[in-house]
Amino acid sequence: MIDLRWSLMRRGYRTSIVCIFLLAIALFLGPWLSPWGEEHIDWNSIDTPPSLNHWFGTDGSGRDLLVRTMAGGRVSLTIALLATLVSFAIGLPWGAIAGYAGGRVDQVMMRIVDGLYGLPFMFLVILLVVFFGRNPYLLFIAIGAVSWLDLARIVRGQTLVVKNAMYIEAAKALGVPDPWIVTRHVVPNVMGPALVYATLTIPGVIIAESFISFLGLGIQEPQTSWGVLIADGATRLHAPWQLIFPATFLAVTLLVLNVAGDQLRDAMDPQEKGVRL
Amino acid sequence: MTRFIFRRLAFALVTLWLVVSAAFFLIRAAPGGPFDGERRLPPAIEKNLLASYHLDQPLPVQYWRYIRMVGGGDLGPSFKQKDFTVNELIRAGLPISLGVGISAFLLALLFGTLLGTLAALSHNTFRDRFLSGLATLGLAFPPLIIAPVLVLVFAVGLAWLPAGGHTSPRHYVLPTIALSLPYIAAFARLSRVGCLEALRLPHVTTARSKGLSNRRLVFQHVLPSAFVPVLSYSGPAAAALLAGSMVVEEVFSLPGLGRYFVQGAINRDYTLVMGTVLVYAALILALNLLVDVLYGRLDPRVRSEMVVSND
Repeated sequence: MIDLRWSLMRRGYRTSIVCIFLLAIALFLGPWLSPWGEEHIDWNSIDTPPSLNHWFGTDGSGRDLLVRTMAGGRVSLTIALLATLVSFAIGLPWGAIAGYAGGRVDQVMMRIVDGLYGLPFMFLVILLVVFFGRNPYLLFIAIGAVSWLDLARIVRGQTLVVKNAMYIEAAKALGVPDPWIVTRHVVPNVMGPALVYATLTIPGVIIAESFISFLGLGIQEPQTSWGVLIADGATRLHAPWQLIFPATFLAVTLLVLNVAGDQLRDAMDPQEKGVRL
Repeated sequence: MTRFIFRRLAFALVTLWLVVSAAFFLIRAAPGGPFDGERRLPPAIEKNLLASYHLDQPLPVQYWRYIRMVGGGDLGPSFKQKDFTVNELIRAGLPISLGVGISAFLLALLFGTLLGTLAALSHNTFRDRFLSGLATLGLAFPPLIIAPVLVLVFAVGLAWLPAGGHTSPRHYVLPTIALSLPYIAAFARLSRVGCLEALRLPHVTTARSKGLSNRRLVFQHVLPSAFVPVLSYSGPAAAALLAGSMVVEEVFSLPGLGRYFVQGAINRDYTLVMGTVLVYAALILALNLLVDVLYGRLDPRVRSEMVVSND
């Protein structure tokens, strides 16, 4: 088993997690402190650069960009979290069942995972979005439904380790049915590493959401996300702050999450230093 | 080896058929038809329109028609751009996308492995740490961030390069850089680790103890094994690169395949979306096949596995 206490003690990981929490708190509490509302239009300052009144400036409709950026970040992070939960809900049982069943079932299930690795996921997500309509709920389900592969592999690996433990053998000897063993003994024991590993999928999910929203297929006005804000900023380059602020927020978030992921991987597997991406 | 390739080819064709079928049924099931405009069409005209696109026939008939058509290399007419067939649109868009995509991929491969190898060869020095840090930073800048920023700095601010269009090679400089940057970082990280691992391999130690020059050691013994992880990431990287090209084409207004795909998705242009997805899927499958074959060339262990297990 992986010693999580040790990996959580790693300085870089701890710093990154603290940063993310601070960011999340700022995103969720910040708007309360600002006098401007998310959709409030300040007719006296349309397209104005950063000032004391509007710290990040305003957008083309006179809305406060600081508040918009925070609202967008809230949407981006929420969708990322929910999509990760969806991927968790698929990847955990998939990996646990494959690992516990072993043999033919395992082979078929992992072959499916291998096959799915080769598919162009962004296109599938876009197809799903076209299919289900542009709706934030379905957006995260679609993204989650295509990003559970890594997790399934990790969970399977952990299950193979847990499977041979004495208590599983004891349960089998007592005649406990297999589904019961999986849900009561295997899953709780692989939950820890799986949960921690799930944090690794978050940056990818954030990129996916921003990407789809950037193309105009995800979050729609008046709701916003970092992808929508960057897309807006990209078409209004006479007002560069409208691009720079949301872009910086997204980049810093991705950077922090990537660093945390690197540390985590190093801690879990000191043999291969940051091999995977 | 030939058997291996044939197997893979058959597998790719089956996958392609699955992709076509999935795309066909997904899009037929999607709400909103291609003729749902702001204005409701008179029922007679709507009926004629549906009939001319064979949309009034039962689904299995439509599906069979479509499969036969695609099998013959015809992707049908575009539902929204009435004067064009999907084939024409793809023929117009594909060279532009391939141009940007291939140059970005080669750029990423070249610079990525170069930087990664440099970092690995000076392991644990300042240079290594600097380059690794740069690579970590690079991963935080996907094309959707870096493309508009490049336009802002080099096109709007400094006015060195054009911000959009596709008429001269100069127009392709910024899109290529924007698209390749995250993959330079990714390849650098992979090749750095691959190189570090290769340096610890027994045959490299043997070669070094026999007094081989550093240059020959690196080029003949280290790089070939260091390249294996890079190669195995090439398939997924190419797929991600194609997706990224949608953003880059949007930002630099390049009329490539990605723009047609996004347009088709927004307008519910069924045939256009299916056609582009099909081309993308075929491209990615072909690339994966190529990677598998190259993999066998590079790593003798994999080659023998191909012969023995036939899969």
